[in-house]
Amino acid sequence: MLEQHEIALSVKNLNVYYGGFHALDNISLEIPARQITAIIGPSGCGKSTFLRCFNRMNDLVPTARVEGTALFYGQNIYDPKINPVEVRRHIGMVFQKPNPFPKSIYENVAYGARINGYKGDMDELVERSLRAAALWDEVKDNLKKSALALSGGQQQRLCIARAIAVEPQVILMDEPASALDPIATLKIEELMQELKKFYTIVIVTHNMQQAARVSDYTAMMMLSKEGSRAGTVIEFGPTSQIFTKPKDKRTEDYVTGRFG
Amino acid sequence: MNGLFANENGRFAPRLSLRLRFGRVFQFLSLAAVTLGLIMLSVLLIDIILDGYKWLRPEFFTEFPSRFPEKSGLRSALQGSLWMISLTALMAFPVGVGAAIYLEEYASDNWFTRLIEINIANLAGVPSIIYGLLGLGLFVRGLELGRSVLAGSMTMALLVLPIIIVSGREAIRAVPQSVRHASLALGATQWQTIQNHVLPYAMPGILTGTILAMSRAIGETAPLITIGALTYIRFDLKGPLDLFTVLPIQIFNWVSLPKAEFQQLAAAGIIVLLAVLLSLNALAIVLRNKLQIRW
Ligand SMILES: Nc1ncnc2c1ncn2[C@@H]1O[C@H](COP(=O)(O)OP(=O)(O)O)[C@@H](O)[C@H]1O
Ligand SMILES: [Mg+2]
Repeated sequence: MLEQHEIALSVKNLNVYYGGFHALDNISLEIPARQITAIIGPSGCGKSTFLRCFNRMNDLVPTARVEGTALFYGQNIYDPKINPVEVRRHIGMVFQKPNPFPKSIYENVAYGARINGYKGDMDELVERSLRAAALWDEVKDNLKKSALALSGGQQQRLCIARAIAVEPQVILMDEPASALDPIATLKIEELMQELKKFYTIVIVTHNMQQAARVSDYTAMMMLSKEGSRAGTVIEFGPTSQIFTKPKDKRTEDYVTGRFG
Repeated sequence: MNGLFANENGRFAPRLSLRLRFGRVFQFLSLAAVTLGLIMLSVLLIDIILDGYKWLRPEFFTEFPSRFPEKSGLRSALQGSLWMISLTALMAFPVGVGAAIYLEEYASDNWFTRLIEINIANLAGVPSIIYGLLGLGLFVRGLELGRSVLAGSMTMALLVLPIIIVSGREAIRAVPQSVRHASLALGATQWQTIQNHVLPYAMPGILTGTILAMSRAIGETAPLITIGALTYIRFDLKGPLDLFTVLPIQIFNWVSLPKAEFQQLAAAGIIVLLAVLLSLNALAIVLRNKLQIRW
């Protein structure tokens, strides 16, 4: 089913442990390039943990241990020769709660480019990134204003602009709209449709309507078996299929709201 | 007691007026506690100001101490205090902030880290005269720095180090984890994240703590007396290895002299010392209110 798309990310036999706690159970999955892939599932089933495997943010949790492979265009990002700092520059992330730096709007966007040694015109990059994040028109006269003065929705789009400015191939989003009102949410969703022309997007959401609206592919996550606390992907496929003709009874129960 | 309301049915005894009276009694007692403290403080202040204000003339700041009260001044004490605070800050600030960064950003949670933490907490509670003895053995005699302002500053740096470390850690901990993640997720290294985000955002808090530590150092007397700084200095302080005196020691000197004029000079010295301390504390408050980031 993925034949028509290039594969951006692929994980094989991925297991994650927090100390002795088995959090992700043997996940294998391929994520198509320049498509939106949604990860859905009940809370606590490991969606965020799974997402953080792609940019090695789990490395920041002292107890976390990742086993298995995760390939980024064929390169194993858990190869001991690879430094996570390099991975994160190519695979960006937008967090659940907007987390702009307490600096100017301009500095927020320019920061990532600057530390990664961007050689082009910084003003131009900032404008391009803010336009791509559909924020330019609202802030173009106040680029020196503190990012903390923006509304929540604007802050989140600023975080998207900031992620875009380092020119990543993949953008990971962990429930990016869960702290936003419906109008700001809609703006982010429209924005994602624009972004997928250039970027591979993986979005975690607990909102099934949102997954159905925005994504091309959907991964359904659940606790792997009765009595276990480890999450796994129980079904993966085109979003239309997951929502209309799911193969797994548990997926059907979940997407139709009969879960639990 | 009958309530005003119809459903007061006799199964409760609210005793409302008694409860309210109790409240008023305690309100009065706490007001009395506050007033007592304020009155004592005001009496002290007024007494000192009345004693000392007429000595607060230009010569008081430009003259060395002398046998003659009217020719006595704080010149050497002001120089000594300024030198000591500068040297102390120069030594204690980088070491304290470095330790705070290590403990908050790098150290993993193991027995070694906890041992360091317990030690720092204990050091903050050690009586200051013990630091004086340490300075006497280590700096004055061990390193043969003599009773110099450098030896005094090194002793004082040790004394305020725990304060700077503890307040620095608090300021660093107040920077939300989400900001570190934002920086790291852009491909910043851990050091870039600390240098560009954690430290700048924590700096107002770190500076507030450092200033409070400095005002502690300016007022400290015991450790300096222990290392032998109780001297009569009638020359300008020109270098870190010179003998020195500081404000509280000069005040102490004057208090111990019998003549009434010297008691008044001591009071004038106390006014100057208080003014310095209050300005430093005010600066710390301004820093905290104006520059602290509200997340
Ligand atoms: N830093 C951590 N340390 C220990 N356990 C964690 C940590 N982060 C998440 N977990 C556990 O891993 C499981 C999956 O969490 P998470 O990935 O946040 O789920 P989701 O995003 O689907 O709600 C949960 O049981 C959670 O308690
Ligand atoms: Mg989550």
